[in-house]
Amino acid sequence: MKWGAILRLVLVLLLLALVLRPGWFTPVFAPLAPAGGPVIYQRSSLLSLSLSHLGLVAAASGAATLIAVTLAVLVTRPAGTAFRPLSRTITNMGQTFPPVAVLALAVPALGFGAGPTLVALFLYGLLPIFENAMTALSTLPPATIEAARGIGLNRWQRLTRVELPLAFPVILAGIRLSVVIALGTATIGSTVAARTLGEVIIAGLLTNNTAFVLQGGLIVGLFAVLIYDALSQLESRVSRRLGR
Amino acid sequence: MIEIDAITKCYDGQPAVDAVSMTVESGTITAIVGTSGSGKTTLLRMINRLVEPSSGEVRINGQSTREEKPHLLRRRIGYAIQGHGLFPHQTVARNIGTVPRLLGWSKDKVRERVDELLRLFSMEPEEFRDRYPAELSGGQQQRVGVARALASRPDLLLMDEPFGALDPIIRTRAQEDLRQIQQKLGSTIMLVTHDMEEAIRLGDRVAVMDGGKLVQYGTPAEIIAEPASDFVAHMVGDVERPLRLLSLLPLGDLVEEGEAEGEPLPAEASLREALSACLWNGKQAVPVERDGKVVGRVTLDAIRARAGHHG
Repeated sequence: MKWGAILRLVLVLLLLALVLRPGWFTPVFAPLAPAGGPVIYQRSSLLSLSLSHLGLVAAASGAATLIAVTLAVLVTRPAGTAFRPLSRTITNMGQTFPPVAVLALAVPALGFGAGPTLVALFLYGLLPIFENAMTALSTLPPATIEAARGIGLNRWQRLTRVELPLAFPVILAGIRLSVVIALGTATIGSTVAARTLGEVIIAGLLTNNTAFVLQGGLIVGLFAVLIYDALSQLESRVSRRLGR
Repeated sequence: MIEIDAITKCYDGQPAVDAVSMTVESGTITAIVGTSGSGKTTLLRMINRLVEPSSGEVRINGQSTREEKPHLLRRRIGYAIQGHGLFPHQTVARNIGTVPRLLGWSKDKVRERVDELLRLFSMEPEEFRDRYPAELSGGQQQRVGVARALASRPDLLLMDEPFGALDPIIRTRAQEDLRQIQQKLGSTIMLVTHDMEEAIRLGDRVAVMDGGKLVQYGTPAEIIAEPASDFVAHMVGDVERPLRLLSLLPLGDLVEEGEAEGEPLPAEASLREALSACLWNGKQAVPVERDGKVVGRVTLDAIRARAGHHG
């Protein structure tokens, strides 16, 4: 526990330094840069790229959460059971379709920029959230649901006061998975001119500059690890309260 | 008063509950007993419309349960089930206060009621109010479940195998507590059980269900002494019938003048306890005390005569 906290603090500080004071790392990355080439990416600030990257992920994951949870709620109602296989197929397709293909196909419709990336991340993020939400909502403790009905909660009250709060930890696990996938996948958005940390990696690849590739990869990786960790913490805190 | 009028539930044409009629007096405990598949739980669930009857109706204090939306009806009827069904994400206080809050009681009134109920179930409010169900023992969870069912002072409390998940010792204690609380509050309770012992111990009236039909409805003494069918006799347990009968009768009825050796029993104790004391100590009689004073004795002969003299 204690070591975990120290490690977490070190990683946070490292990430902040990489994003806010990239100049400090010149000696570290210098051996990896091509002779005479730039060591630190400077075409745009790493901070603004990070924020734009996180913003894209947040927007796409937020929308995916909203749609996936709504869909899961609908197909777990008695009236919606018939649509369960269909909605599974649709979300599965979202996952099967490679994000690069989605990007390519979305560009003619949405043009270059953030649009196609948002669509790809959104589609890609649906499945884990939907599957988890559906599992959670259909495996709630039967005695609790029976009691909720028996003491006079109506459908809406049962959903908002009992079912969703009880399903929350499992839904959160789905969101965590989805967010982490999206953090990584967002980097390829830069191939269609979305402003993400992928820009740094791609610039590195195009100019044979390993230092750039490593910078971009390291920052994305640290964001993923730390966000994953934060959501896990939240999840275990919520579950502990539920006595699980 | 609860009137159940020819209520029937069919699943795929097969009656699960077949034209059951019975009347339950206010302020009493009615135990519905039967084997699994006898329709006892379906009968109970039709009263608060968790199951919609195929035909027939239920009237509570003269008012048909059909006249109200089901979820509003259920707020007037307490409901406690096996395995308590508490909301694991809410504190004890929030669990108990659920129905009062739905009914729009003020915060202070809800808090007052929660504390009152916790005290009634001998759980210190300061200690238990803010705990989560997972932090309670099985017996405490069960008590909170019943407290939640009683919170809005319902006209009627329905209980479906409320003690089913408890171990035998805690179960006996929970049954005694329920009896006491029922007498204190004057609640009307209908409870479903598969355990005839529990039905006899708790019920003012016992309703025996078999194959969807109500086969006998009467006081525990009637059920034991004059079972209406072989099935009822079997449920009571042929071998244990005399003992069950004795367990319903207080010592006070058979007290006579005279001396006896040994530890005196209170007059409210049952003849079964007196018989047990006689057998265990090898004595022909036990002394009986009332308010701490020995008032006479009960002899083994008198108990034997009473047990043979049923009905």
